[in-house]
Amino acid sequence: MIKVVHLTKRYPGFTAVRDISFEVDKGEVVGFLGPNGAGKSTTMRMLTGYLPPTSGHASIAGFDIFEQSIQARQHLGYLPESTPLYRDMRVHEYLRYRASLKGVEGSKIKDRVGDVLEMCDLKEKERALIGTLSKGQKQRVGLADALVHDPDLLILDEPTIGLDPNQIRQVRELIKNLAHRRTVLISTHILPEVEMMCSRVVVIHKGRIRASDTPENLLQKHRSAGEVRLELQNAGEDVHAKLAALAGVKDVQHKKSDPDSLFLLRTEAEADPTAEILKLAADNHWNVRGIVRKKPSLEDVFVDLTQGE
Amino acid sequence: MRTFLTLLGREVKSFFYSPIAYVVLFFFLIATGFNFYTGVSFLNQSPSEVTVVEAAFNTVLFWFPFVLIFPLITMRTYSDEFRMGTIETLATAPVSDWQIVLSKFLGAFFFYVLIWAPSFLYFVAFQEITGKQAALAAGAFGGSYLLLLLIGAFYVALGCLASALTNEQINAAVMTFVAIFGFFVTGLLGFILNSPSPAIREIIAYFSAVEHMADFSRGLIDSRPLIWYTSMTAFVLFLNLQVFQYRKWKA
Repeated sequence: MIKVVHLTKRYPGFTAVRDISFEVDKGEVVGFLGPNGAGKSTTMRMLTGYLPPTSGHASIAGFDIFEQSIQARQHLGYLPESTPLYRDMRVHEYLRYRASLKGVEGSKIKDRVGDVLEMCDLKEKERALIGTLSKGQKQRVGLADALVHDPDLLILDEPTIGLDPNQIRQVRELIKNLAHRRTVLISTHILPEVEMMCSRVVVIHKGRIRASDTPENLLQKHRSAGEVRLELQNAGEDVHAKLAALAGVKDVQHKKSDPDSLFLLRTEAEADPTAEILKLAADNHWNVRGIVRKKPSLEDVFVDLTQGE
Repeated sequence: MRTFLTLLGREVKSFFYSPIAYVVLFFFLIATGFNFYTGVSFLNQSPSEVTVVEAAFNTVLFWFPFVLIFPLITMRTYSDEFRMGTIETLATAPVSDWQIVLSKFLGAFFFYVLIWAPSFLYFVAFQEITGKQAALAAGAFGGSYLLLLLIGAFYVALGCLASALTNEQINAAVMTFVAIFGFFVTGLLGFILNSPSPAIREIIAYFSAVEHMADFSRGLIDSRPLIWYTSMTAFVLFLNLQVFQYRKWKA
């Protein structure tokens, strides 16, 4: 559905996107991750035909994004970052205009607009001025606009930014429902979201692709892996050494806080030393206040891939 | 074509989403009505060879509101879209950049035509009431309005170009005003300069909207201003497209 080949975008003085290549197959939901300024929006803007690439090319549904831009755009629904909308139009008016602009047949516009209003839970707000809507509602209007011509591909640039947790949940549910019969490329900072929705993740940093894999595989390959938090009361001098000697433990940090001590153990990806730690504690009569094993999260992977250099 | 009409429809309607359109229409109606009234009462004072059409289109009271409306009509065409970011949703819809530029121009031009439409009735009313001709010939009447449309097209295009250059409506309005004023003053140099050479006079004549209108309202349809305004409009629209793409691409 999307094919990106050696795409580069250079601005005077800096390169926003350097020679990236990736593909998104039909039906995939791909998370596009990266810190602010990594080149996510620039890439999306090139895919949607808004910005011309400096070199390289990309195609959507087989149409080159620059040479056959209009045809390519007919296949995609795009929600730009920060959801720009005409504030002085009414919701249904705006969606009808957008439907007509995107080539929905005149006789079908009413039905399509009705459908997307329903889908995005905007039926009640259909006659409201867009300027008077809340941020979450505006976001849903933007999504409704992206969907109104029933595109095969959705490109969503940070659809949940600036929303409160309830709104984020609503938008996430909505996107999940949309994903059934569509290809989706979505950029976001909210990583649990990606783990829930995306079948694949592309991580971009400083204009380069750092990883492209399923979330599971990324977690597996991730080197800094898991963590165990152990709280002990009146910990002795020898605790640190004994913990560090356990199999699978990479290093141990001792964070003193009287009277309890907190130990942070970084472990190998697969290792689960909790049972052994408890055994050790029982043998040495340590006073265990708590023990938690934190599984490696996509957040750790993200931080790892996008920090430093 | 349908896409283009959709775009044009929104451009035209967008004027009426805000109260500015109604305010401009209202005050322009008052200004032109007052201009017409003073023109007719001036002619009433003494016998004169000047027709009503000439009297209406060649006064300061005509030109002053005339040059002021263009910044108001065109200032938000692009500025607002760039500032709000809606330019991104617009330009990523399956429409070409030319369609966007032309629809914005024609939308603003349509509004310009609309605010002139009522003035037509002044002359109709004059002829009905007095039973006299408002112009020497149909050519003088039609010619005045033709020139009004052509100058308008050029100035609207200038305004759209200015609006495409900036995110701020106010900047766009000031730039438009300065550009139009510049053309206007250049045209007036013919009156100000002390006996300029024929070549310079010839060049200045192209800029002089005042002189063009003086000719056309007497029924002198000169082809030079027609070609000048048409080609300048086309040229400015071409620049407009370049500026629009440049701003979009450097985003």
